[in-house]
Amino acid sequence: MIDFEPTEEQALVVETVRQFAANEIRPSARAAEEAKTPAREAIEAAHGLGLVANALPSELGGGGERSAVLGVLVAEELAWGDLATALAILSPALLAFPLADHGSAAQRAARLPRFAGDAFVPGSLALVEPGFGADPFRPRTQAKRDGKHYVLDGRKCLVPWLDGGESVLVFADEEGRAQGFLVPRDAPGLGATREALMGIQALPTVELALAGVRVPLDARLGEAAGSDLARVIARGRTALAALGVGVARAAFEIARDYAKEREAFGTKIAQKQAIAFLLAQMAIEIDGARLLAWEAAWRLDQGELALREATLAFDQVRRIALDVADGAVQVLGGHGYIRDYLPELLLRNARGFASFEALALV
Amino acid sequence: MPISFELTEAARAARDHFHAMARDRMRPISRKYDDQEHALPHEWVDWYWREGRKGGPLVAGPGDGMVQVCMQAEELCWGDAGLYLRMPFAGLGGSAVAAAGTKEQKQRFLSVFQGDGPPAWGAMAITEPGAGSDSAAIQTTARLDGEEWVLDGTKIFCTGGEGASTAEGGFVVVWATVDKSAGRGGIKAFVVPAGTPGMTLVGLEKKLGIRASDTATLRFESCRIPKANLLGSAEVKRASGGGDKGFKGAMATFDASRPIVAAMAVGVGRAALDCLKEELAREGVVVRYDAAPTEQTALERDVIQMEAELQAARLLTWRAASMMTRGRPNNLEASMAKAKAGLAVTKITQKAVEWLGPRGYGKQLLVEKWMRDAKINDIYEGTQQINLLIVARRILDYSSSMLR
Repeated sequence: MIDFEPTEEQALVVETVRQFAANEIRPSARAAEEAKTPAREAIEAAHGLGLVANALPSELGGGGERSAVLGVLVAEELAWGDLATALAILSPALLAFPLADHGSAAQRAARLPRFAGDAFVPGSLALVEPGFGADPFRPRTQAKRDGKHYVLDGRKCLVPWLDGGESVLVFADEEGRAQGFLVPRDAPGLGATREALMGIQALPTVELALAGVRVPLDARLGEAAGSDLARVIARGRTALAALGVGVARAAFEIARDYAKEREAFGTKIAQKQAIAFLLAQMAIEIDGARLLAWEAAWRLDQGELALREATLAFDQVRRIALDVADGAVQVLGGHGYIRDYLPELLLRNARGFASFEALALV
Repeated sequence: MPISFELTEAARAARDHFHAMARDRMRPISRKYDDQEHALPHEWVDWYWREGRKGGPLVAGPGDGMVQVCMQAEELCWGDAGLYLRMPFAGLGGSAVAAAGTKEQKQRFLSVFQGDGPPAWGAMAITEPGAGSDSAAIQTTARLDGEEWVLDGTKIFCTGGEGASTAEGGFVVVWATVDKSAGRGGIKAFVVPAGTPGMTLVGLEKKLGIRASDTATLRFESCRIPKANLLGSAEVKRASGGGDKGFKGAMATFDASRPIVAAMAVGVGRAALDCLKEELAREGVVVRYDAAPTEQTALERDVIQMEAELQAARLLTWRAASMMTRGRPNNLEASMAKAKAGLAVTKITQKAVEWLGPRGYGKQLLVEKWMRDAKINDIYEGTQQINLLIVARRILDYSSSMLR
């Protein structure tokens, strides 16, 4: 039956995360952005909520409750607090979920339990490549078999790189098919350079240069069986769609509240149709995009690839998040342009979705 | 129930049933009744009354499976929105009776649609020459004279108004004021049975689209109806103090009808998008969902956007409908769905004509017709702007006097 109401347990989790985002993430968002470092306390505290660990297989120490629907509900709330912090909090999933979904039994047993432990362990996934014409489904980065090793060569960018991570999952072309490879951060030939980006500056991301990086055969995700990049991208697009909805909702709420306070020509500006209609359109687009993300997530939970639905949702969010953030800057006028207020940050963050792929997963 | 996009077995079967009806009964005569405006599409009307209406409930009211009603509307408007509006059914008038009528009134006015008599229609008459979106400004009056209400005024743009005013068994729900000095509080809805003396069909509009639908001008001159044909209370509530619950009650009909109109819009948009994709497939053009941004064609980009817009509109519609089924207030969500769907399908159908080029512009295909049909969805049952106004008031928590 078609239904749009989360279960009671889901609603409870969402409410917890909503309060967490309001109390622990949002207040430090601006400072973290300016300092270009994540709010570590918020990340540690979020780890305590078990948002990623609860989704990991129970036989490996996780909660065994993987749900893409819950994933999108949570992602929206976190991103409402701050996108960069949300990406940091969810980063363990960048390694843990592909391992859970595609990893061999040995890879899962060896690498998953640490993500269910008491300490926060960040994850890294390298899919996006720099340069004009890059194609997430067909990486230019090459993986060549050389005896008992794979040798990786190429460049990656927008790779989350929080302190404390051990490996990065690199997607590369292996004889015409994209495959994932687990590469230690300190592997010889791997160079990581911190990126300076327009937005999400609180999240450390790197550009990776892979020059003859050698990994053993068992570093191939899924080992002999390999992995399916389309599934990773579908989960990424679904997660990013939800995160974009969170960014848009944050922008909308700030604009709405400001418009109800700000006076011009003797009335609140929200009482002008020019502003009120803009806000109404924002609200409609946010709700429509959210439902697209929910549908993609629900289909993932049904075991579908859902690449089409995930793409529709992400495609829509790429447009509307930018539009809504831009609208929020506009509603605040000069104040929207000032870094004392959040809309300018939200606009910079929203523009990022055009380049993001698999920066988060459900 | 958790978040789910699963159709029940019954909904799936109903959807398939109405899809087949749309494909086999409506599409073949779509062009004919677009060309022959104002002609009664008798093969459709007669077949629907004889066979088609057995397929499922089409009168929506609280407690009905509204999502299913929306699916029916989508399928049938995928077939032909004009013919959908022309089919013998209770329509918006029926929604008003279902929403605001007493048990006795529902029995008296709606049973004909399950009966064995000749085809009947229901319609709603609100708009006047001087009052469209501002429905509180209507001038049609209702005066109580003994045991009868006496109606005087002119109504325009009454969808289904020919059938509802002339074919026996049907009725027109007419909005009129019982006390102009009371403003919105004086506005009430009255059921005028077809053929009532004093109700005259003045003419039918010639339109951009939905030409198979009879859009009527109705004149009321000393039109007398029984006292018991008033929907809701006769009591006039002044704007001060008691508020204007009567008017709000009448407006609440829209919370039920707007999701259906949004679903109708989605049906038209889907028809155009399906046609575009079929034509592309015939030409060997496949839309890729995994193309790199720099490799994606402008066509692919547009089609993916059209699909996303259509699905967003559909899901907003189903959400508003599902809230109604649950008995939750859905005023905000109904207007969101209507605003989104009306605009989205207007743009989608325009794009479909554009991409199909001269073929899309030509009358061999139906796409040009769907573009003309689609536009009405952004106008009737509350224009885009009226729905934005409602959404804005809701999200801002403003009364109608704070945001005019």
